Amino acid sequence: MKHATRRTVGLALTAFTGLCAFVIVAVLALILADILEGGAAGVTWTFLTQPPSDGMMGGGIFPAIFGTAALTLLMTVAVMPVGVLTAVYLHEYAPPDSLFARWVRVAVVNLAGVPSIVFGLFGLGFFILFVGRGMDRVFGHEEMYWAQPGILWASLTLAVLTLPVVIVSTEEALRAVPLDHRTASLALGATQSQTLARVVLPGALPGILTGAVLAISRGAGEVAPILFTGAAYFLPELPTHLNSQFMHLGYHTYVMATQSPDVEATRPLLYATVLVLLLLTFALNLVAVIIRTRTRRKAAGAH
Amino acid sequence: MDRQATMEQGLTQTAFAPALSPAARRRQLREKAIAGIITLMAFTGIAALILIIVFVAKEALALFTDPAARHEASLSKMFLAQDVPAGRPAFRWQPVSKIPKVSMIPLFVGTLKTTVVSMMVAVPLGVFGALFAAEFAPRRLRELLKPVIELLAGIPSVVLGFFALMVMSTVVKDVFHFDRPLNAMVAGLGLALAIVPVIFTVSEDALTAVPRSYREASLALGATPWETAWKVVLPAAAPGILAACVLGFGRAIGETMIVLMASGNADVISWSLGDSARSLSATIAAEMGEVVVGSPHYSLLFFIGVQLFIFTFVLNLLASTWTKRVMRRLTGGAA
Amino acid sequence: MEARELTLRYGTKAAIQKVSLAILDRRVTALIGPSGCGKSTFLRSLNRMNDLIPGTNHTGTILLDDTDIHDRSVDVVDLRRRVGMVFQKSNPFPKSIFENVAYGLRVGGMKDKAALAQRVEKSLRGAALWDEVKDRLHDSALGLSGGQQQRLCIARALAVEPQVLLMDEPASALDPIATAKIEELIHELKSTYTIAIVTHNMQQAARVSDRTAFFYMGELVECGPTEQIFTNPREKRTEDYVTGKFG
Ligand SMILES: Nc1ncnc2c1ncn2[C@@H]1O[C@H](COP(=O)(O)OP(=O)(O)OP(=O)(O)O)[C@@H](O)[C@H]1O
Ligand SMILES: [Mg+2]
Repeated sequence: MKHATRRTVGLALTAFTGLCAFVIVAVLALILADILEGGAAGVTWTFLTQPPSDGMMGGGIFPAIFGTAALTLLMTVAVMPVGVLTAVYLHEYAPPDSLFARWVRVAVVNLAGVPSIVFGLFGLGFFILFVGRGMDRVFGHEEMYWAQPGILWASLTLAVLTLPVVIVSTEEALRAVPLDHRTASLALGATQSQTLARVVLPGALPGILTGAVLAISRGAGEVAPILFTGAAYFLPELPTHLNSQFMHLGYHTYVMATQSPDVEATRPLLYATVLVLLLLTFALNLVAVIIRTRTRRKAAGAH
Repeated sequence: MDRQATMEQGLTQTAFAPALSPAARRRQLREKAIAGIITLMAFTGIAALILIIVFVAKEALALFTDPAARHEASLSKMFLAQDVPAGRPAFRWQPVSKIPKVSMIPLFVGTLKTTVVSMMVAVPLGVFGALFAAEFAPRRLRELLKPVIELLAGIPSVVLGFFALMVMSTVVKDVFHFDRPLNAMVAGLGLALAIVPVIFTVSEDALTAVPRSYREASLALGATPWETAWKVVLPAAAPGILAACVLGFGRAIGETMIVLMASGNADVISWSLGDSARSLSATIAAEMGEVVVGSPHYSLLFFIGVQLFIFTFVLNLLASTWTKRVMRRLTGGAA
Repeated sequence: MEARELTLRYGTKAAIQKVSLAILDRRVTALIGPSGCGKSTFLRSLNRMNDLIPGTNHTGTILLDDTDIHDRSVDVVDLRRRVGMVFQKSNPFPKSIFENVAYGLRVGGMKDKAALAQRVEKSLRGAALWDEVKDRLHDSALGLSGGQQQRLCIARALAVEPQVLLMDEPASALDPIATAKIEELIHELKSTYTIAIVTHNMQQAARVSDRTAFFYMGELVECGPTEQIFTNPREKRTEDYVTGKFG
């Protein structure tokens, strides 16, 4: 083939790869535009602060927002210590070529790949039917108290699901703390745990926060794991106890979209709900991206 | 004499082996305790994985131990064709009818159909998109492209399912003239949205790991940028790209909400993309809410969970082996 | 402090072989020798910083006040408070100047604000840095110049009042003026501290040290008063090195 033809063919194919990238971006834009267009009018102050009314045909989604927030808050409280300390073990405490650390890494990678619906089954089988029943027996509850779907079990299920996210970003953050700082601290007579608490963790804090935000954003959007561990479509009251069921933006979206008797009538509310959920997760993702770029720039400036 | 000797010994012992100061001992104990707690925490990841498979499998176990369940949902009923009157389908999933029918085959077919559609779309888009980002895009564009794709990855799957249901279904129906709005095609396209970011990101990582020297050598020999990308960079990153596809495949098999909302969920066996499809994951999601705890149907749903777990586990292991291999090859065995 | 027949291996490869060397009290001992001969390794052994490198092992003893520092009765944290260290590359924490100096005291359990402030000032004065930073104690230490950062690291090490101060090429990354300041500082510290310093700069060794030890290929070739090592060495290899024939 002549060089010129080769070049033209190459250019055409290059353009094709560009087209592929463009299609991905365009689809994303389409989704956003559609949801924004359909939902923008519906997101009003009343919508954000009022409970649903008229059999879900009117009112707002405050209980779902509250439920989602409470759920992810509990999840974060559960997952952060475990995730951060696991990463600390892997990066700071594990002896080099420790077999245990290798197994932990393999487990974390595979945990990240377990389908979210299987987490739902796990939450039901383990937390509700095993732990919950056990607790009822121990505390002598006659009726089911813990052995039923509730916000605690749902949040713990999500915590297990987001564990890999936290571990991976914390480890990346620990890697970014210069070895020099650890050496200097130890040479000044600090113990390993003091070095960890006073030098390493503060240095890794932005990265750890990024991990937390990513985990929250992931956890806030997952529906499959909470289907049978605590989410409810409509509740007259906000969750007050750890074993209360709760309303949830994602679950609300699912039920309204698939089980509504009159799709056209609920359409504006549905779009508005989706928009709120999307804005929530995007805002969280944006925060993570900003923290990450800021610290990267700072790290680059320090050298 | 003897006594003196012992005394001397005792003296020398105290002189040469004084005990650790109490403060230091306390400090050492505290450090040990902290290290112990941290190590214990690290065990959570392993424990979680083990508990997941153990407890999901435990609830499915009744299928093999309980005689009633074994009768209602035997392995042959799940996987083999059943004797039925002529004209009725031999494979059906109707676990709550008067005579429960528990064939998993329609679920496999449904899962496969939606997954294959999504792969047909997502693999070219993701891999070529990554090739563009890694090889041809100007730096600024690439810096922009990556966060945008991350944004797509950050969209909750229920939102993608919603989009497939509300928007894509009508478009697909009009374009392909399908009978029903919810079908394997719509679900597959929705799934593609979820797995494109995975395939893109992992492929892009593999492509950028290819050393610059490979490219320079090829370009110096007079190859065009496209030829370099196609014949040098892509093959070098091939295992990583394969891993990306396998990961995407695993995600697609396990993804629930999109299929649940967009596939129509009928247990038909057909190879037409215009027909409705019922996937393994969506079946669990749709039926677990109404099932009686401990019934054969309940165990069946957990058994589906076990299968999903195993499929994705194997796919993940494959993917991580390949990723490691490509990284090792490209970085000269260092990693 | 004193090393006796100290051999240290990274894995199976010996980095230093049977080194016996006394670091005399309130004297400056310079360690010189070509790159890779084990000076840093020896220095790091003295406060057991080598413990942090996986795969190291040693034979022989190191005595501090007649106690073996590897004895079970010696806690490594206590040891490092008594034997401080300054590194080649200055490594201040990304904290304020004050917090950098106070670090060793805080981890040692000192909480009293007034006492902390007093010790910080004393250490900064001791490191000849006080006048330059006294108005910005609460600014980030990363805003200091390279030479100031290195003196800050010295101040940080002095704050815990160690007996012995180990310095691994403390001035190698600095310009001549900053180097001169550090050398001057070492002169002053000599009256209160026992100092061991690694340097590649012969003039510097001659200027600051009382005794000089010459290492070569992991062995201690010769050790003696600095005057004698530089003017009248016993060993041919020492002479070649100090006169610049190799190295
Ligand atoms: N962490 C380590 N792992 C393995 N070998 C090491 C390590 N640190 C040093 N060595 C080896 O030990 C020997 C002595 O190294 P050391 O750093 O003590 O030399 P040095 O005299 O300080 O050299 P320089 O003047 O270049 O600083 C060298 O051969 C080096 O390769
Ligand atoms: Mg050195």
